[in-house]
Amino acid sequence: MYKYTEFDKAFLLQRNSQFRAQVQRRINGQLTEEEFKPLRLMNGLYLQLHAYMLRVAIPYGTLNSAQMRQLAYIAQTWDKGYGHFTTRQNIQYNWPKLSDVPDILDTLAEVNLHAIQTSGNTIRNVTADHFAGAAADEICDPRPYAELIRQWSTDHPEFQFLGRKFKIAINGAIQDRAVIRAHDIGLQIIQKEHKLGFKVIVGGGLGRTPMIGKTIRKFLPESDLLPYIEAILSVFNQSGRRDNKYKARIKITVHEKGIEDIRTLVEDRFHRIRPTYKGLDQNILESIKMQFPPPQFVKADSTHFEQTYETDPIFRSWVDINTSEHKADNYVIVSISLKGHGQTPGDATTKQMQVMAQVAEDYGHNELRISHEQNVILPHVHKSNLPQIYKALRNHGLATANIGLISDIIACPGMDYCALATARSIPIAQDIAGRFKALKIEHEIGPLKLKISGCINACGHHHVGHIGILGLERAGKEYYQITIGGDATSTAAIGERVGPGFSAEEIVDAVERLIYAYLDMRKEPEETFLRTYQRVGLAPFKTALYPKTALAA
Amino acid sequence: MPVIVTDSGFQSDDWVGDYCKPCDPGSNPQALDLSSDIDPDTVLLHSNLQMIRVNIHNFADGRGFTIARQLRLRGFKGRLRARGNLISDQYTMARRSGFDEIEITDELAKRQTESEWLFRSKWKENDYQSLLRG
Amino acid sequence: MSAHFAPRIVTANHLLQGGVIYLADNDMWVDDIREAEILTDEADAQLRLLFAEQQPDTVVGAYLAKVTVTEHGPEPQHFRDQLRRTGPSHYAHPSDKRFENV
Ligand code: HEM
Ligand code: SF4
Repeated sequence: MYKYTEFDKAFLLQRNSQFRAQVQRRINGQLTEEEFKPLRLMNGLYLQLHAYMLRVAIPYGTLNSAQMRQLAYIAQTWDKGYGHFTTRQNIQYNWPKLSDVPDILDTLAEVNLHAIQTSGNTIRNVTADHFAGAAADEICDPRPYAELIRQWSTDHPEFQFLGRKFKIAINGAIQDRAVIRAHDIGLQIIQKEHKLGFKVIVGGGLGRTPMIGKTIRKFLPESDLLPYIEAILSVFNQSGRRDNKYKARIKITVHEKGIEDIRTLVEDRFHRIRPTYKGLDQNILESIKMQFPPPQFVKADSTHFEQTYETDPIFRSWVDINTSEHKADNYVIVSISLKGHGQTPGDATTKQMQVMAQVAEDYGHNELRISHEQNVILPHVHKSNLPQIYKALRNHGLATANIGLISDIIACPGMDYCALATARSIPIAQDIAGRFKALKIEHEIGPLKLKISGCINACGHHHVGHIGILGLERAGKEYYQITIGGDATSTAAIGERVGPGFSAEEIVDAVERLIYAYLDMRKEPEETFLRTYQRVGLAPFKTALYPKTALAA
Repeated sequence: MPVIVTDSGFQSDDWVGDYCKPCDPGSNPQALDLSSDIDPDTVLLHSNLQMIRVNIHNFADGRGFTIARQLRLRGFKGRLRARGNLISDQYTMARRSGFDEIEITDELAKRQTESEWLFRSKWKENDYQSLLRG
Repeated sequence: MSAHFAPRIVTANHLLQGGVIYLADNDMWVDDIREAEILTDEADAQLRLLFAEQQPDTVVGAYLAKVTVTEHGPEPQHFRDQLRRTGPSHYAHPSDKRFENV
């Protein structure tokens, strides 16, 4: 894992002292709220419905046990004993006081964590594949590049006051687990004639106008990374729209000007900027790479694991569902579900964070990851340790075997916390998970991504859910629209709206109708919901969802 | 009277010449006054040019920083000034992007005092860009 | 005109604490909606909002929320204001046992 240099430490200390002073100036009246807001936002501090909210970056989703313990400590000391892991590889604390935030930031700095650029109209914290460094299908670990981009974008003087937020994601495996096509810039590591480089995708995004990103450069050599993304940002900063907040993202710039024009502008800028990078960045990249070595894999006897797997069906089901293939022999990747049926997707208590930290320390080479699906990952686990891990997790409500199933729901905070929300999302997630648990058909349904957002901003990724739910308001009441057929992977697609929305009371029944329709229509158990939709299209699902209207028509 | 913010604090304006705005393509002015929606690639860098001033009406409008950087990359070596309602926290960004100084109103200087600007004047310290670029 | 004006209260967030607060008739900010001043006249409501907005060193984001006057005091009309009063609803959800078994 990346260790902070003296430079990183000094930077962070200075930054925190600046923020402390900014808070003081706000309180003294030297800064107006209008001036203070962008400053607090670029340090991750929002004002929500009930309180401030502090969004802390988990750099490219990677944590060690000490860092996880510190997150737990903060939840305990300055919050209400829990935190919320988000689709952006952040943790959000929902109850800090403004006057405590400088202390919280100093506490984070002790373990090389921060909240810089987790919000605001700037380059946000870079996200990456949560299986990075572990996945069997990996071409190259994306994290060193993500760290390089973190350093480059941190306090970048040109890009702290962009027209709108800017999100970069990077994936280094065959499968896209970082949703790179729904980001302002998506980077896919590729290999061409033994040379590493990137396919650069630009102009993806969700929100009010969802768009799948377009390829701007088919192959960008590794060493051109910073000047090239700097060129993209330079073009965006200058020519992105600033007259309308809803048209200010780069996806709109790309859409309005066309990808060819944008490419020409970017390439021109790139040639001007390129000579300013003479190799220092590459030296730093090399030293970062050295800090992401594979763990010291061990050899161990897994007889106990095999026996438990044979004899304990509940354990077996957890192993089958919550582990993924690792590059090393006899290793697996464990996904810890933060989606116990009826619980709040992504929330973890202080105790749970401590338990996960301990398990990682005892059995997981001290490493943890946060996935954009709001779960926690143990990236390197020898099979022989699975029974003990399972036991430790189960005692703390962390052993739900539902990864990738219908109850593994992504849900944004919605109206329970968010000042922008038009409806609640968490209780809907709780109801749906509870319903399918009661129906006992979750495993029969198989892989299904259900994603819920509490407003059009789409923080819950509903557009790319196999089933997406969007919470809106009509006549003073919450109601929910359903989209189907979205896809967040390399074959990214935006879901299609099925029809009119449902009230909070109707929405769970509606999802159930959709699911039974799918079970009826699928050719074989292996045909997933998404495949079935792709084969039969929207119409039969529509009929299932609106039986009365269909009869009338 | 405007206040000019530099690395050593507040100063009075020592630029006495006029700014050319809008400028005839044929003229060869000493100083240009630009708005923040200008495309920096279209600015004619005349041989006489000594001063470029970029007007930033709203501190949240960050285009000025890219304009400064691009003008520098295009080879402008004269005086580069940002003028407008910037906040002291932006001083470092302005300097790192290529501006030499910031012109603010008297009124703003009263609320955001010299010490606040000086707090941000050591812009060469803790700069990731200088670590990576070069 | 005030006959058609739905009653309002002034609400905001506390600058330092962040919490939801309401303006009382004695000019104090209170946590309990039942102590909030009920404004039945539009001009009066605008004045009280202005009064709140002039305290940027105490409150953030002041606005007028519509209420229904009941025997228990003002009841927010919009579910958003209802949630601001009660706090997040999900930990009261019948199936959330998180804080019991950890
Ligand atoms: C709770 C306070 C939050 C606020 C005020 C907020 C605000 C917003 C806004 C305004 C947008 C739309 C941006 C646009 O279309 O230009 C957005 C998009 C998004 N947010 Fe949030 N958000 C919040 C929480 C979250 C959380 C908890 C997550 C992660 C779970 C998240 C992840 C995202 C993602 C993935 C998008 C869509 C991708 C895109 O930027 O196009 N946000 N958010
Ligand atoms: S989707 Fe809307 S409700 Fe949900 S977190 Fe984002 S802004 Fe808030």
